[in-house]
Amino acid sequence: MVPVDRAGSPGPALPAEGGPTDDAGLVEALRKGDEAAYRALVDRHTATLLRLASMYVSNPEVAADVVQETWIGVLQGIDRFEGRSSLKTWICRILVNKAKTAAQHEGRTVTLSDLGDDGLAPAVDPERFHDQGPRRGQWSNPPREWDRPEERLLSKETRAVVERAIAELPTNQRLTITMRDIEDLSAAHTCSVLGIGDGHQRVLLHRARTHVRAALEAYFSDVTETA
Amino acid sequence: MGRIARGQPGHVARAEPDRAELTCQELVELVSDYLEGALSSDDQHRFEAHLEGCDGCRAYLEQMRATILAVRGVTDADLDPAMRERFMDSFRDWRSLRDV
Repeated sequence: MVPVDRAGSPGPALPAEGGPTDDAGLVEALRKGDEAAYRALVDRHTATLLRLASMYVSNPEVAADVVQETWIGVLQGIDRFEGRSSLKTWICRILVNKAKTAAQHEGRTVTLSDLGDDGLAPAVDPERFHDQGPRRGQWSNPPREWDRPEERLLSKETRAVVERAIAELPTNQRLTITMRDIEDLSAAHTCSVLGIGDGHQRVLLHRARTHVRAALEAYFSDVTETA
Repeated sequence: MGRIARGQPGHVARAEPDRAELTCQELVELVSDYLEGALSSDDQHRFEAHLEGCDGCRAYLEQMRATILAVRGVTDADLDPAMRERFMDSFRDWRSLRDV
């Protein structure tokens, strides 16, 4: 007989009460065909996946198809997932591949390499700085502190302003700010999913954030003036 | 924050920026790198030294921080139950094939 102290508990190492929340636990449970683990993953990540998919394909039904294919891809590939990236990163990468293929069928191509001139646009309108003399490069029209930002930033109206500003961005910037700031993926994971370098990622993030800031500044100053 | 001292003992030259100092226009381009912790330590010191003496740039930095918070506030609606069922069906198909 095997000595008792060999293993702590008999039976398979099933996820503990409440279900697994960490990657390793979820992957393990999924490999065993645990429906609850899959449902948890779907609930947690589908919104992210839909958001990303809709940046590659314009038709919402196609975006939903892409997400479904992604989940099928996740299930089919789960035995090969090695945990070298986080589960979320891995899933997003599957999605991006599926979405690119779907975009080709839709006749849209999205390339991240066309950084183009959006990498050179200034963060702030040059008119707001002195352009000559000893104060050259200093603010001539400096930004003013936003009044009660914590309340106003979370309002529905502000959210609409932010969403509109993000929608106006070139695709590469929109993807980057979505991953970094909405989905809260790390810089490393964003680079890995989009297949870009860290410096490029920061430029895109910078452009995207400065565009949203400018939109908020314009919105807040309008509100203040008309209030 | 005893950080200003480094490289520029005490004085904050506002009216005549010397070569080592950032201008406001330069600083706004470095804000994301600053927030990402991607500046060299020299540049980080220059950045922070400039902030010490510049209300406009401090306001700008705060606006960028607030912007990031506002973007984080854009969350999604709940998952459509019909869509979730569709994804669950994919799972059941997969599992039935796997169990064979």
